[in-house]
Amino acid sequence: MLKFASLLTQPATKYALIVLALLFPLVASNEYQVYVMASAFIWAIAVYGLNIITGYCGQLNLAHGGFFALGAYTLGLLSADYGWSFWPAFAAALVMTAFIGLLVGVVSLRLKEHYFAIFTLCVGFIMYMLMDKWEELTHGPIGVRDIAAPHGFGLVDFTETTPFYYLVLAFLVFAMWFMGKLSRSLLGRTFMAIRNGDELAQSLGINLMRNKTMAFVLSTTYAGMAGALYAGMVRFIGPEDGNILHTFDMITYLLVGGIGTLSGPLVGTLGIVWLTQSLQFLEEYRMILFGPLLVILVIFFPRGIVGSFLGWLHRRAQSAALPAAKKKESRIQTGKGVENNA
Amino acid sequence: MNLFFQNIVNGLTLGSIYGLVALGLTLVYGILHIPNFAHGALYMVGAFMSYFFMVDLGAHYWIAMLGSAAVVAVLAVLCERLVFHPLRHSPPIHDKIAAIGILLFLEAVVQMLWGADFRRMTTPFMGIMNFDGLIIPQQRALIIVGAIVLVIALQWFLRKTMTGATIVAMAQSREGAFLVGIDANRVAMMTFAISGILAAFAATLYAPINLVYPAMGHVVIMKAFVIIILGGMGSIPGAIVGGMIIGFAEAFGGFYISSSYKDIIAFGLLVAILSFRPQGLFAKGAH
Repeated sequence: MLKFASLLTQPATKYALIVLALLFPLVASNEYQVYVMASAFIWAIAVYGLNIITGYCGQLNLAHGGFFALGAYTLGLLSADYGWSFWPAFAAALVMTAFIGLLVGVVSLRLKEHYFAIFTLCVGFIMYMLMDKWEELTHGPIGVRDIAAPHGFGLVDFTETTPFYYLVLAFLVFAMWFMGKLSRSLLGRTFMAIRNGDELAQSLGINLMRNKTMAFVLSTTYAGMAGALYAGMVRFIGPEDGNILHTFDMITYLLVGGIGTLSGPLVGTLGIVWLTQSLQFLEEYRMILFGPLLVILVIFFPRGIVGSFLGWLHRRAQSAALPAAKKKESRIQTGKGVENNA
Repeated sequence: MNLFFQNIVNGLTLGSIYGLVALGLTLVYGILHIPNFAHGALYMVGAFMSYFFMVDLGAHYWIAMLGSAAVVAVLAVLCERLVFHPLRHSPPIHDKIAAIGILLFLEAVVQMLWGADFRRMTTPFMGIMNFDGLIIPQQRALIIVGAIVLVIALQWFLRKTMTGATIVAMAQSREGAFLVGIDANRVAMMTFAISGILAAFAATLYAPINLVYPAMGHVVIMKAFVIIILGGMGSIPGAIVGGMIIGFAEAFGGFYISSSYKDIIAFGLLVAILSFRPQGLFAKGAH
């Protein structure tokens, strides 16, 4: 059992998963499933962004859904109203979310904990209100139609579901690869140090403001990338895409999967998206399940599926190693509740 | 000039409601240091309970208000017992996420029971009072008077009763309160009950000139958060003054600047103020 479980943490699992993902459209029974999977991947990218600022850096950003919608709107408006083609508009969406992320970050990250969460809640709400009310720019409640699909330079047609699925998969793999690099880099460890203790990190000589802003901009860029892909997939967006409920959805995905872990966002997003798909009738009332689920998770399993699994593995490995050799050398104990999950 | 007074009345009305909601929020924050994102859902449930008592059970407006306050108080205490109490030693991010969970749950339940439609709540006070050209709808007058009465009652409770004094003591210093033998659980439950009662009263007062629907708490709770940040989290006078600032900014901004952007004004104000004073308007380094 332990052997099998520790297999899951091997690098080979990663490649097996990629192969499985590549094969998925071939084994899926219909196109709709491929579509659902592609949208789950898009959400997963956004959740990875949330993981950077909230999971690694410890700042609960409630404007994340707003930045997702900002990316979608930037791409949508540039392509529908100004005739840009997909890829330039996509790049513009990334720049836009990074830039607005920088502006919001510089102001909001001076605030701590509750103040930051409430401030970003307001920022997200302002974004939603602007999408709804600023009709000259955003078309208001009617939304944006005729959004360009990604063009495949004559090689592939991304308006088809399956090629689009592979495109999203490529972005997801890139997002996860970057995340892995980040979490093992000095920068990622700096983020974790900030999460584990603001003051301690500062006394180690970490520039709080600069690093937090970095994490924030990275996370909003992730959100913008996901939003732009989303706009390219559904080709129609409206103010409801900026609703605060989407932020709450993403927090649920992150928490179920495991906050501050590498594979948590993917596990949580895929798990919940497919769970809601199989409970279609629940769509409107899904929160009756998710609300209590969130509460139960933070009380009993605050580290989510992946975090709890890694913790269990860690304990098993330790208890197996203990009787074998009484270790004399001093060991760094991992802190309670925070696994530095690389 | 008449329009100007009209706007003052509107500002007072809005400020009263926001102030009441913010008071509950700030009390809970002062005692337990929880930003209760579910407070807006309690407000919404308060409106729906009054609606239920009045329309479905045919109760009088006042009876409905009291019934709704009782239900929401029990609900708030349940939230404290079942959710926030087990989380008291967790990192602060967990409280916030759990509060969001409660918010999502309550909204979904209300939507399942009553649907997402907008409902109108009629009360016996739908008439208008005309003071020589200055028109004040009765319900608005009721809101202003009601808010003043509630604030005075709350002040009396906190200052003059033993139970109230324990709440104030705990807000001033947790350790000090424990030292003199104050039961923290009782104070926490009491505080949540009061915040629920205030939310239910505010919702029942405001719903007749607004509409009743499951998402009605969103904007109000966010404005209440803006208010308690402006007024200093945990400060009771701050909540009242902040409520009035936002209420007047909205009434006058909505009239003289743009009515469709009036909901943004409060948030724009917050962003502007926090950009220059990260600790809020009145707080003394409390951040």
